[in-house]
Amino acid sequence: MQPATTTDNDAPARRLNGDLIFRAITTLFAFSILIILAVMLVEMASESLPSIRKFGWKFITSSDWDAVQGVFGALPYLYGSVVSSVIALLLATPLSIGAAIFITEICPKRWGTLIAPLVELLAAIPSVIYGLWGVLVMAPWLQSSVEPFLIEHFGFLPFFQGAPYGVSMLAAVFILMIMVVPIITSITREVLLAVPLSQKEAAIALGATRWETIRIAILPYGKSGILGAAILGLGRAVGETMAVTMVIGNAPKISLSLLSPAYTMPSVIANEFAETTSKLHGSALMEIGLILLVVTLIINALARLLIWSVSQSAGGGAS
Amino acid sequence: MMHSVAVRKAKNHLMTALMLAATAAVLIPLGMIFFHIMKMGFSSLSLDFFTQIPKPTGETGGGMANGMLGSFMMIGMASLIGLPVGIFGAIYLAEYGAGRTSTAIRFAADVLSGTPSIITGMVAYTLLVVPMKGFSALAGAVALAMIMIPIVLRTTEEQLKMVPGSLREAALALGVPIWRTSLKVTLRSALSGVMTGILLAVARVAGETAPLLFTALGNQFWGSKLTQPMAAIPLQIFNFAIAPYEDWHRLAWAGALVLVTVMFSLSLTARYFGRSRH
Repeated sequence: MQPATTTDNDAPARRLNGDLIFRAITTLFAFSILIILAVMLVEMASESLPSIRKFGWKFITSSDWDAVQGVFGALPYLYGSVVSSVIALLLATPLSIGAAIFITEICPKRWGTLIAPLVELLAAIPSVIYGLWGVLVMAPWLQSSVEPFLIEHFGFLPFFQGAPYGVSMLAAVFILMIMVVPIITSITREVLLAVPLSQKEAAIALGATRWETIRIAILPYGKSGILGAAILGLGRAVGETMAVTMVIGNAPKISLSLLSPAYTMPSVIANEFAETTSKLHGSALMEIGLILLVVTLIINALARLLIWSVSQSAGGGAS
Repeated sequence: MMHSVAVRKAKNHLMTALMLAATAAVLIPLGMIFFHIMKMGFSSLSLDFFTQIPKPTGETGGGMANGMLGSFMMIGMASLIGLPVGIFGAIYLAEYGAGRTSTAIRFAADVLSGTPSIITGMVAYTLLVVPMKGFSALAGAVALAMIMIPIVLRTTEEQLKMVPGSLREAALALGVPIWRTSLKVTLRSALSGVMTGILLAVARVAGETAPLLFTALGNQFWGSKLTQPMAAIPLQIFNFAIAPYEDWHRLAWAGALVLVTVMFSLSLTARYFGRSRH
């Protein structure tokens, strides 16, 4: 602290100091984002080193995961993550785009202003609650009605063979779909709202029907933004932990059948990381975490670039 | 050649119907989740929920009072760490940040808010749980703070940027130092918008479970020491939902109802703050 004897001459210097300190603090805190990101990557990478050294590429090509023997291969978890997220996204994207178009372009404005915040509110429901509903309501329903139906009528396909367990890859796909739909819908809606009115008016002036207006004027304009929204949804699905852990059955099997239980990368971390049996076990889980982190970083970076490009070009067009 | 008008019109109606169906398919499962939380939650909720701790396996009754205290404490601590960092960082981006580094920070914040929250739990584990030789509420709070920072940073920055430059210039022309201008003029005029961002960030971490799994760990009993494992509502919902006891399922539903109610009130308050700006 400054002594109380400062004269007026010191005032500008003190003032300057205050500004310098302020600038230093704000700079440090802003850079904390980069620091957090760096610390995450470095910590995860260094903790994974023992596992990377020991198993090399075999880690992602082998299916042996045996904590007692000290052998770790993560293929079933990779498989489960990829299959559950990709199928969920394939189901969720068309639904979300349809809903977003309906909200912004088709239904009366008053409905739109009612449905849109509702969808956003639903995007904020914690994943553990989706999981609770998934394991206590949806999985029993799948077991008693949907899966027997699929087995009876589509059982000849390899995707619908085996017994109806309820908790299964199918349950994970459904719960992920339900969870990413609000996210993709609300971002797609924002992208569609950014389409200039002149685009639409031009199509209408040419005599286009409403669907033709949407197809030739609105969708092409928002294309990359919608793609970004879908990729962002993929990132969410890949990293989703609680809900999937609760409904997928947690069995490290690679099976073509959607009815069989499976396992994902975040789920195995959630289930085993607090009670690792050896250093190597912890390191193997860290390596799964590292793969997950790098994959989601790439997915999110791609999605943000696409969404940013739309919002910037829209901003440029308006000025 | 264009198709005939009748075909085009039919196609228009078909696509409209399909999009209506898509909207229904989006809203129906979400409505059902909401319905079940309400139905099961209200029938399971009792005064005990707010005053008792969970009973041992086999006994009926009990509540999640310890989880509520734990969630409250950890969210409070996470806010103490995360809010200043997020808000001051946002001031840097809005007031000083024009260059490439700032774009990089913005981009990193957006990317960071999309990384799986279980990763923050693993990082907090290696940074705090391992050196401190035990699971702790502090580690849980740090993991939650890491999730809050990028959210608060981005929303606050956007609000600060909307404050007209003339307001800053007026303050600076009066001889007010930059730091006072930033805090007392710029931040203050954007306060309602900043509050919205804060409330949304708090709502987001209130429901986080994965980052607490190997940091706060959970606790069947009362625990208020920061260096000890601590209970949290989302952790209890998870543990009770996957347990095979009907009575625990009921507690989980009640917990879900309380959690959703708190989060929705936070979101609605945030919306209110966001609106009063205009």
